[in-house]
Amino acid sequence: MTRLTRDEVAHIAALAHLELSEADLALYQEQLSAILEHAARLQAVDTDAIPPTASVLPLRTVLRDDEPGPTLPTEEALANAPAARQDCFVVPPVR
Amino acid sequence: MSVLHDLTLHEALDALRHGETTSVALTQAILERILAVDNDIRAYLTLTPEAALAQAEAADVARAAGRDAPLLGLPIALKDNISTQGIETTAGSKILDGYVPPFDATIVRRLKAAGAVILGKTNLDEFAMGSSTENSAFFPTRNPWDLSRVPGGSSGGSAAAVAAGEALAAVGTDTGGSVRQPAALCGVVGVRPTYGRCSRYGLVAFASSLDQPGPLTRDVTDAALMLQVMAGHDPLDGTTWPEATPDYVAALVPDVRGLRIGVPREYLATGLQPDVERAVRAALQTFVALGAQVEEVQLPHTDDALATYYLIAPAEASANLARFDGIRYGFRAAGDFETVGDLYARTRGAGFGPEVQRRIMLGTYALSAGYYDAYYLKAQKVRTLIKGDFDAAFAHVDLIVGPTSPTTAFRLGERTADPMQMYLADVFTLAQALAGIPALSLPCGFDADGLPIGLQLVAPALQEARLFRAAFAYEQATDWWRRRPAISK
Repeated sequence: MTRLTRDEVAHIAALAHLELSEADLALYQEQLSAILEHAARLQAVDTDAIPPTASVLPLRTVLRDDEPGPTLPTEEALANAPAARQDCFVVPPVR
Repeated sequence: MSVLHDLTLHEALDALRHGETTSVALTQAILERILAVDNDIRAYLTLTPEAALAQAEAADVARAAGRDAPLLGLPIALKDNISTQGIETTAGSKILDGYVPPFDATIVRRLKAAGAVILGKTNLDEFAMGSSTENSAFFPTRNPWDLSRVPGGSSGGSAAAVAAGEALAAVGTDTGGSVRQPAALCGVVGVRPTYGRCSRYGLVAFASSLDQPGPLTRDVTDAALMLQVMAGHDPLDGTTWPEATPDYVAALVPDVRGLRIGVPREYLATGLQPDVERAVRAALQTFVALGAQVEEVQLPHTDDALATYYLIAPAEASANLARFDGIRYGFRAAGDFETVGDLYARTRGAGFGPEVQRRIMLGTYALSAGYYDAYYLKAQKVRTLIKGDFDAAFAHVDLIVGPTSPTTAFRLGERTADPMQMYLADVFTLAQALAGIPALSLPCGFDADGLPIGLQLVAPALQEARLFRAAFAYEQATDWWRRRPAISK
C-alpha cells in the first residue's frame, strides 16, 4: 500500500464533511499513513474462500407488530436544535 | 459495617434490607466522597445531586412501604454516552455540548425501574474512542491508584468512580475493550456481555456491530446483579437476543472442578509487562488448585485483530457520526454560510476532536470507491477467521483466560502523540468484540508500583453465567478485589 498524499487526505476530509487546516491535513497524512501501513498486514491473510462477517448474530428477520405508540412532540424534537422556526429546523441554502 | 462509600452493591443492599442504613444516607455519603476526591480524580462530567437525593428518598419511602427491587436505593453512575432524559449527555464531545436527550436509553429505563439512584454522568474518551480518557473534549480523568496515570478508557470515568468510592457501581460501554481495559487499570470488575445481550437503544452509537454496554463493579456478585437488570430483549433494538436472561446470581457458585481453561499461547507472548505475565500465570495456578484443568489453545489470528478492528470500527463510526451536522442538535459553528455543506464541514471540523476526526477519515477511506474491497471487505473476512478461532478453541475448552491489558496504567501524555501506541493498549480486548462473545476482567494482582492488574475470562456467546461462576470462584479464593486505593496527590 502506498502512502497517502496531502491531496488524498484533503479528498477524504471533503467526503467526510470535515473542514481542516493545512496543519491538520499534514498531521493526519502522517498518522493515517502509519495506521494504513499496519492495516496492510491483512493483505497477507488468505481469505479466498472466507465469507465476510457484517454481524455476529445469526441471520433472522426482525419484525414487530405495527402498533401505534407515543412519539416525540414537535417542540421536544426541536428543543436541542441550534436554530428552529415555525416547527422546522433552520438551515442555510441547500445547493 | 465498613464506610458506606466502600460497600459493594450487595453489602449495601443487605444493609438497606436489614434497616441498618437508608438510601439517603448512602447517597449522601457518596456525594460527600465525590466532593472530597473528584477535584483530583475528575470522574464525573455531570453530577445530579438533587435528583439523586430525591430518588433516594423515594426509594426509602418505597422500602418503608414494604416494596423491594433488585437495586432499590443503590447509587450508581452512567457513562456520558448513555442517553438520560433531562440530563445533559455529551459523549465527551464538544459537538454534543449542551445536548439534553428527550428520552432514556433502554438500559437506563431498566436500571431506574430496578430502583437504582443515578448520581450523574461519567467522563469518557470522545465518542468512546480511546484507551485512556485523555480524548475527552473536557478534561482527562486520573487513576485513583496513581494520579499521574490514566484510568484507561474509554469508560475511564466509570472505572475511576467505582475504584475511588464515587459510586457503588457504574455502567460503561465496550466497543473494543472500553469496559474491560479501564476495569483492569483501575482494579475493578468489568463485563462485556455477548453482543445483543443488552439493548443499544439510547447509546450514542460508535460502531453498531460492536457496541455493548456493560457494568463496572467492585466484585463479581455486583456485576451479576447489574447485568441481570441491564440485559434483555428490547423491541427498540432489533439486534437484542429474544431469549430470556438466565439467572446470573444463581451462577455464583465457587466451584470450578473439572472446568477446562484454555490459555492462548498468543496472549502470553512477548510484549507483556513482566509483572502482568507473572500475575496471570499465578492466577492460572489458582484455578488449577481449585480443580480446573488448564491447557494451551491457539488463536492464530490474534495479531490480525488490531488491523481488523481499526478498519471495521472506524468504517461504522464514519457512517454513525454523519448525523452530527449542526442542524438537529448540539454544536453549530458560528458564522454565515453560503450552503448547508459549508455549515456541515465547519461544524464538524471545529466540533470533533482529533481522534474522532482521525477515525472518521480512516473509515471514510476504507469505505470509499476503489478501497472498499481492499480494506473494509478484507477486514470483514478476517473477522470471520477471528470468530472461527474462538469457535475452534471452544470445541476443546469451556473458558479462555489471559491478561486484559498488556500493561498496567500508563502515565498521562505517554501515548497521546502516537495513535498506534494508544491502540496497542486494547490488543487483548479487540478480538472478543469482533467475535461478539462475552468477557470479564477482574483484579488478579498488583505490579511493583502498586498498580492493579486485570485477568480476562472469555466464554462462548451467551455464556455469561460461566464467566460469573469462574470469576466468583477465583475471587473467593483471593483477596485482590478487597484493596482500595489510598488517594493522595
